[in-house]
Amino acid sequence: MLLTIRKLTKTFPGARALDGVDFDLAAGEIHALLGENGAGKSTLIKCLTGAYARDGGEIVLDGRPIDPRSTSQAQDLGIGTVYQEVNLLPNLTVAQNLLFGREPTRWGMVDGRAMRAQARAMLAGYGLDIDVGRDLGDQSVAVQQIVAIARAVALSGKVLILDEPTASLDAREVEMLFDVVRGLRDRGLGIVFVSHFLDQVFALTDRVTVLRNGCKVTTERTADLDRLRLIEHMLGRELEQAVEAGARAHASVDRPELLRFEGFGRRGAVEPFDLSVGRGEVVGLAGLLGSGRTETAELMFGVRAAHSGEARDAEGAIPLATPREAIAAGFGFAPEDRKTDGIVADLSVRENIALALQARRGWARPIPREEQKRLAEDYIARLDIRTSDAEKPVGQLSGGNQQKVVLARWLAMNPRFLILDEPTRGIDVGAHAEILRLIHEVVGQGMSILVISSELDELVAVADRVIVVRDRRHVAELTGEGISGETIVAAIAQAHEPGREGEAA
Amino acid sequence: MNPRLYPLAATVAIFLVACFLCWLQFPYMLSTRVAGNLLTDNAYLGIVAVGMTVVILSGGIDLSVGSVIAFSGVFIAVVLRDTSLHPLLVFALLLAITTAFGAGMGALIHHLAMPAFIVTLAGMFLARGAGYMLTIESVPIQHPFYDLIQDAYWLMPGKGRFTLIGALMLASVLAGMILVHRTRFGASVFALGGGEATARLMGVRVARTTVGIYAFSGFMAGLAGIVFSVYTGSGYPLATVGTELTAIAAVVIGGTLLTGGAGYVFGTLVGVLTMGLIQTYLVFDGSLSSWWTKIVIGALLLLFILLQKGLLRLSSGRGAAA
Repeated sequence: MLLTIRKLTKTFPGARALDGVDFDLAAGEIHALLGENGAGKSTLIKCLTGAYARDGGEIVLDGRPIDPRSTSQAQDLGIGTVYQEVNLLPNLTVAQNLLFGREPTRWGMVDGRAMRAQARAMLAGYGLDIDVGRDLGDQSVAVQQIVAIARAVALSGKVLILDEPTASLDAREVEMLFDVVRGLRDRGLGIVFVSHFLDQVFALTDRVTVLRNGCKVTTERTADLDRLRLIEHMLGRELEQAVEAGARAHASVDRPELLRFEGFGRRGAVEPFDLSVGRGEVVGLAGLLGSGRTETAELMFGVRAAHSGEARDAEGAIPLATPREAIAAGFGFAPEDRKTDGIVADLSVRENIALALQARRGWARPIPREEQKRLAEDYIARLDIRTSDAEKPVGQLSGGNQQKVVLARWLAMNPRFLILDEPTRGIDVGAHAEILRLIHEVVGQGMSILVISSELDELVAVADRVIVVRDRRHVAELTGEGISGETIVAAIAQAHEPGREGEAA
Repeated sequence: MNPRLYPLAATVAIFLVACFLCWLQFPYMLSTRVAGNLLTDNAYLGIVAVGMTVVILSGGIDLSVGSVIAFSGVFIAVVLRDTSLHPLLVFALLLAITTAFGAGMGALIHHLAMPAFIVTLAGMFLARGAGYMLTIESVPIQHPFYDLIQDAYWLMPGKGRFTLIGALMLASVLAGMILVHRTRFGASVFALGGGEATARLMGVRVARTTVGIYAFSGFMAGLAGIVFSVYTGSGYPLATVGTELTAIAAVVIGGTLLTGGAGYVFGTLVGVLTMGLIQTYLVFDGSLSSWWTKIVIGALLLLFILLQKGLLRLSSGRGAAA
């Protein structure tokens, strides 16, 4: 094996990002690394490229244990990386980008002519016909991506990591990129390919390794896998039986309708969908990364305005063009990336909880400090938020407790409809169960909740109804006994055929 | 033509048009006398603008340079008045101080991850204050060596004087061009201006480069201070207030992107000369208030910012379409 990783472990405060992961890569192989957000793909890659220092385990390259401490060290060892966002400088020429840091010099000065000649030589095997003296920014993204690959190969030459390289390319450009990658495989490089486009994984790769929740699920030859099993591996459903018993309790009650979305959609984000939400109902939204599930939530909360359709409740249409209007309508939204969108890390637990409530009251009527304090302590006790006191900055809490603070903030507003995007991402198992328990508790009091999750057992456990999203379209609706890991996976994996509610049991 | 050359071409075109318009009205303006004076009068500005170009190319800003020039003049004047050191030795001492001062600011900017704006703003007050510490009044410089260099010039055909400080300015521009466009340090400067995170990934030594950039700006400010003291023959702590902003204007009019990552040192020279030309025109005209300089410079600045935005939109639009 060219590269062998054994028992790689990396822990962040409050979360174990990688837990004893094994991975190996042969020379002349394209190896896909798959997993949902938070599965540990990027942590693994960052450990490999020296961006993170690992906590445990070993990495062996060419028979020698290595411990890269920085990207440039990893490069010198032979590990090069190309990211989704081209990590080159658009304001320099193609030649300057290719040879940055190794410019040929003459009498201490950079020799432009020799540099362009060398750059042309580097690009020779890649089938590009471009002027290397032009700015990189003038080239298409695909060309930039190939230039980035050429640079990584020239610098490293053993292992090439492609991290979502095709995310912003069209089909023709993807094919062009794949030709380049296949050519590099034939030259004996080991290539790690990260992508959430499963078609591309099947088209390009030799083997697949799936990560979930920081653990390796499986490594198999791509040819031996089919779509269905691959998605099962990525989303997981081993725990299904264990959680199913408790989940069915509130399955088949008839609920009065609270909200109805009709023809709601936005070009390029989600195709128009209809959805009705009952009072006290938990609606789950299932789908792979990039399927349109987060976009659905953003549309419902007015983060992005819908191009078509309307939302209505018993009293008529609800304007939902901005989050402000959504809040006024009694909606709440705990976004996927709580670190950047959910909490204000430097403010205290108390201030974070009071934030949305204050926003609704307006700046002219501040919430008295005593009341804020009472509110905070109330929720700290109710949600069992582990903090030394209410004045501690939220940034210092663990992931699970941060998530509870976000929940507390919305609960304090007492919304009628709460959207939770990946509420249990990156938090430990104990907190995970508590958050699910909380969801049950608040719907018991009549609140309606929409949960987006990439963990199937979680959806099976909490949702009364599951909407399956694929290719930016709501493709199936599962209810009651019809909700199981199997049916969800089947709906996600189904070949492209239109038709709603086809899977409803 | 490579699109990255457009702003520079625009700068040169505007300068040539301005020259032509001046010549139409006052044919004498295109004489070696006027040209010589243009270089001499703007020598200190040109030198400090070269340093500023490097800083702005890296995506930074250096607000301290005007104060550093004033401090330099005062330092030279006071040391020459109170000691018997040779001016050349004083120059070396001064350049060491201002370079270290710039390097210190660069180190703060990098290690504390502070915005360059705020660090160099502090530097601006510090340097101005240090000047006041030395003296609060204008100190004349009387030294035979100064008389020598003040009178050093080459008489061009047409009686124009090509002075030593004018030559020094052109040499600074040349040195800046080589440094920025022909060395690895220069490539690192552009890389930083293109994006620090990316630059780091590409192997730029960010700490070293940042310190080097502000040290260079400090050095150029010191050199400009020397030139300014030769030009005025005195040191005054209240001199060159706002010069840093004039230098920034010259850099932007010279076609350098204010957000960093694109530009040419040669453009800065043209920018300085354009601003000087406007001033000369007002002197020739005699009836217009000198504030017209500011108005024209303001209009030119606006024009260039719009031009750059337009080019940026053009190139990003094309990138998306391709």
